[in-house]
Amino acid sequence: MTARSITTPRAVRVWESQFAVYRRIWLSNVLGAFVQPLVFLLGMGLGVGALIDEDPGSASILDGVSYLAFFAPALLATTAMFISVQSSLWETLDQFMWGNQYRAMVSTPLTAGDVAGGAALWHATRVGIAATGVAVVLLFFDETRTPALVPAIGAAILTGLAYALPLSAYSATRQDDHTFVLVIRLGLVPMFLFSGAFYPITELPGWLQSIVRLTPSWNGIELCRGWVLGTIDATESVFHLAYLTLFVVGGWIACRITFGRRLLP
Amino acid sequence: MIVARDLCKRFDDFVAVDGVDFDVAPGESFGFLGPNGAGKTSTMRMIGCVSPPTSGTLTIFGLDPTADGPEIRGRIGVVPQSDQLDAELSVLDNLVVYGRFFDIPRAECRRRAADLLEFVQLTERRDDRVEPLSGGMKRRLTIARSLINEPNLMLLDEPTTGLDPQARHVLWDRLYRLKQRGVTLVLTTHYMDEAEQLCDRLVVMDRGHIVAEGSPRSLIEQHSTREVLELRFEVGCNEGRDGDLAGIGDRIETLPDRVLLYVHDGESALGEVHRRGHDPLGSLIRRSSLEDVFLRLTGRTLVD
Repeated sequence: MTARSITTPRAVRVWESQFAVYRRIWLSNVLGAFVQPLVFLLGMGLGVGALIDEDPGSASILDGVSYLAFFAPALLATTAMFISVQSSLWETLDQFMWGNQYRAMVSTPLTAGDVAGGAALWHATRVGIAATGVAVVLLFFDETRTPALVPAIGAAILTGLAYALPLSAYSATRQDDHTFVLVIRLGLVPMFLFSGAFYPITELPGWLQSIVRLTPSWNGIELCRGWVLGTIDATESVFHLAYLTLFVVGGWIACRITFGRRLLP
Repeated sequence: MIVARDLCKRFDDFVAVDGVDFDVAPGESFGFLGPNGAGKTSTMRMIGCVSPPTSGTLTIFGLDPTADGPEIRGRIGVVPQSDQLDAELSVLDNLVVYGRFFDIPRAECRRRAADLLEFVQLTERRDDRVEPLSGGMKRRLTIARSLINEPNLMLLDEPTTGLDPQARHVLWDRLYRLKQRGVTLVLTTHYMDEAEQLCDRLVVMDRGHIVAEGSPRSLIEQHSTREVLELRFEVGCNEGRDGDLAGIGDRIETLPDRVLLYVHDGESALGEVHRRGHDPLGSLIRRSSLEDVFLRLTGRTLVD
């Protein structure tokens, strides 16, 4: 074997193994990442949008843009949220207890921290692919065709990680998947419906607005929409970014602890 | 190669391993024998640096598993109790992906994988998915995978549990070849024939303790007689013969279905049984095996 001066970071080696599995399904996955938001946008944006845009009062509520332009950028953040859930609940638990891939990893030079790091990189990749699919669809429409889609993909990845890391830390503590459905029905679906993806949250009662403002999804949606439509100022951007980063950092610390406990008892 | 002194592993209030001492020399093949729950797997996991010892000392290659885990793990090959293959990947990709965990360059992984698949007789299946492979094939693939980093120490946790006799013999043959190449093997098993086939030296574990240590031959000599005479009487008539048969062998054991006499010479013992007026329905004289030692030391009660 030739001497190698550069070693691959250990978390990247974990990422490679996830990618090796993905390589088998990449085509359908990438197509899905593109087709699903397209169908969604055409259905919601054109159908519901036509109804709403006819109403003369709607322009002031939607900051002067069409319903499609209002709704479409939010799809970056909500897609990120759902992809993260998929990848951090069942797919993560599987590698702890059914497929056992994570266990195999820690019998090599990799540590539990490397596994957590590689998993985080992989969540980011999955979200990145899905958000790019949405961004490509957004290029089709005049109002959302903007270079700001590039940083908006970044905002979507951050939003995704704000869910993926705390949820994979949670998955690492589970012995079965019974609670996952509850997490989705009682957590994710309400966040999806109430976080201002479909309408401005100012339409909601005040107490509910205060709760919604605490969700990563609302912060992510505000960022993606604000950047794509250019309706957000720097202070607000920094605030949303910081808030999401808080979840990412908290989730990362939790992952380090729970992955360690699970893999090295 | 491995030195353990007063090694303990506790989980909350359960003591899995309770103060064991053992040494494994390079090139040796060393076995942990014991019933379920004896602490074999916990000991193996500590050696494999995936479970930190609660107390005591453990060194592997002279290194400390708590501080130098990644380095030690980089030099050992692990065959876990349940196969941890990636069912989504092909046979070849399982080896390559695993090799990458050790940061072995991809091309080198492929080169080694080709040799290893040859070694475990899976070359024809290299592009197949893992899922449809038989239990024996998966086990062989797991062994191939554990060899990708060219380890000089292999840890095998119940390597042939659940395999059919053909698959077990193929596996033993491959492990024997590794031993011939100088690879140190450390294995756990509850199959006596496996221990006799593969181990130069073994320890018998029971409830977290080591209760005996030696070569398979010496353990039989120490803890059993040369031969065992098995007598079978009519149903329900096995009990109550202890007194009559006393003194024929070193030890007598009455089971629900048979009476076992631990003797030096089975033929003459059987003659003595007849002389004392007993007429068994059937009798069998056999050499003492590791199984007799095992049952003597760890008892006949079911553990789980």
